Amino acid sequence: MSKRLPDRVAARILLGAASSAIAILALITVFIFREGLPVIIDRGPLSFIAGMRWAPSQGEYGLLPMIAGSAVVTAGALLLGLPLGIACAITLAEMAPPRARTVLKPTIELLAGIPSVVYGFIGMEVLVPFIRENPAFGGAGYSALAASVILAVMVLPTIVGISIDAIEAVPHSFREGSRALGATQWQTIAGVVLPAARSGIVAGVILGIGRAVGETMAVIMVAGNSVRMPHSLLDPVRTLTANIALEMGYASGAHAQALFATGIVLFIISLALNELAGRARRRRRVTQTVPEPTLTTAETRAELLGGDNAPPLGREHFA
Amino acid sequence: MTAYTAAVAASPSPSRSPAPAPAPTPSPSPSKFASPRITQQFAQIALWSATALTIAILLFVIAFVMRRGLGSISWSFLAGSPRKSGAEGGIFPTIVSTLYVTIAAVAVATPLGLGAAIYLAEYTSEGWVSGIIRRGTESLAGIPSIIFGLFGFAFFVTTLGLGWSVLSGGLTLGAMILPTVIRTAEEALRAVPREYRHVARSLGATRWDAIRTVVLPVAAPGIMTGIVLGIARAVSETAAVIFTAGVALRIPTSLFDSARTMSVHFYTLTMEGISDSQAYGTAAVLVVTILLMNVVAYTLMHRFTRNLR
Repeated sequence: MSKRLPDRVAARILLGAASSAIAILALITVFIFREGLPVIIDRGPLSFIAGMRWAPSQGEYGLLPMIAGSAVVTAGALLLGLPLGIACAITLAEMAPPRARTVLKPTIELLAGIPSVVYGFIGMEVLVPFIRENPAFGGAGYSALAASVILAVMVLPTIVGISIDAIEAVPHSFREGSRALGATQWQTIAGVVLPAARSGIVAGVILGIGRAVGETMAVIMVAGNSVRMPHSLLDPVRTLTANIALEMGYASGAHAQALFATGIVLFIISLALNELAGRARRRRRVTQTVPEPTLTTAETRAELLGGDNAPPLGREHFA
Repeated sequence: MTAYTAAVAASPSPSRSPAPAPAPTPSPSPSKFASPRITQQFAQIALWSATALTIAILLFVIAFVMRRGLGSISWSFLAGSPRKSGAEGGIFPTIVSTLYVTIAAVAVATPLGLGAAIYLAEYTSEGWVSGIIRRGTESLAGIPSIIFGLFGFAFFVTTLGLGWSVLSGGLTLGAMILPTVIRTAEEALRAVPREYRHVARSLGATRWDAIRTVVLPVAAPGIMTGIVLGIARAVSETAAVIFTAGVALRIPTSLFDSARTMSVHFYTLTMEGISDSQAYGTAAVLVVTILLMNVVAYTLMHRFTRNLR
């Protein structure tokens, strides 16, 4: 009995630790809503979310320009980052020799570790002047375009990392079957591997969207931050995150509540994106189980199972 | 294309299929304009250029910061006190502040994260409890840092009355890096072969003893990887600390003192246009720190996977 006791005590303590993430999530929900909900109820959810004017000094809190700003920069980031990220993932997972992959994969992951303020700074120093002085773009330079480019770079590691995992999880037999039918490597990738890895890649893209929507400092530094509906990519925009960070330093009363309410909107968007990504990832586990073979005789079936248990052909067979 | 996919997916590849092959598909290519060989070459070039572009962006970011920033770094920059709100002098107080806030964050996140990981990997089977915990951890990982900043301000700074302080910042960052620590530690624990536990248990060890004396030592480098990555995240974070640790530009002397981390200092220098050369120097210190952290994390992970092989 005395030997069992520490075990049970340990289990209790560990369950407590394991609940900490849930507890923090609950605390965040309680505190964000407690601070932000009054102003939403007071102004009415619709006029808060769909209101066009944000003028804290006059007590007007309309969030639509910021929602539009977040949407525009996120869409721009995706448009630029998605093709690049998936191309990168395909190259590293399917084409690169193993040695190159062991060097390149952590290198790209490194992009995720660079502080967002550093990205913002490089945006300010390089990208904004480039946009301002380039006749094809023009304007002040501080714009939705600049924010989109910076965000595209920042979401790359998320998209690449998760897409590589999804592509590598596609069973080797899929590729072998395709190549055996005479398909080229690219035909195999486009026709077999990518469709099979689709839900995993979708999960990566959704998490990338989440990262773009939630990014704060880098966006503040290059987006221009004026509160108005963007009409072109060269217009300055203010995102939801920027709205909070820019005004939190001096806000009080209903103004501070309105910033927490902005946080509520952002919080709900993040949770929804996370849930979507989680669903896509769980679906992937289902689709990637090797399909039941349709052979009939017991003998061939046994042979097939033996074949499945044998180590899969290595990548070098396709080089 | 979908029919083709299905056909390939259904074909039992590793064995010699006795079924006669259906009519040979002349060209499964989605393209009508070019031969498969040409699309293959085109795709190869396009994909490799995209990868090269990504690597080039990374190298540019690092090279840009280093080229402009390394010149500002000197002993007096690293160990000196700032003058004229950071326009001159060094950044020593911000280095110390970063260290304190990060240590506080790790001190919070490590026991909780490791405990959670041990529970998930060793003490429970997949059920609704672990499902909820895993969902919660995933959700926490997806929450933007500015929300952590708002939360930390409302909870630690205001409600608990800790004020803008090392402690508020550390607790906020601890909550933020917790999912990273949990996820990495759980993976590390799960990578330890089952036989290790069986042998320990067969020698009479309790479950907890087996974990403590056998599993944890083997998984330690993998667990450390998560902690180091968490440290890197904490060091580079700005939005969550600026509203919780504050911006006081001096060496904090207690947990309740306000502290300005390197990231926040860098942000202030650039946004208020205080000094470009000081900003570049701070950025270079930040980036070098993050690079070192990533190298350490990668080395630990490498050692861990090699040990298990």
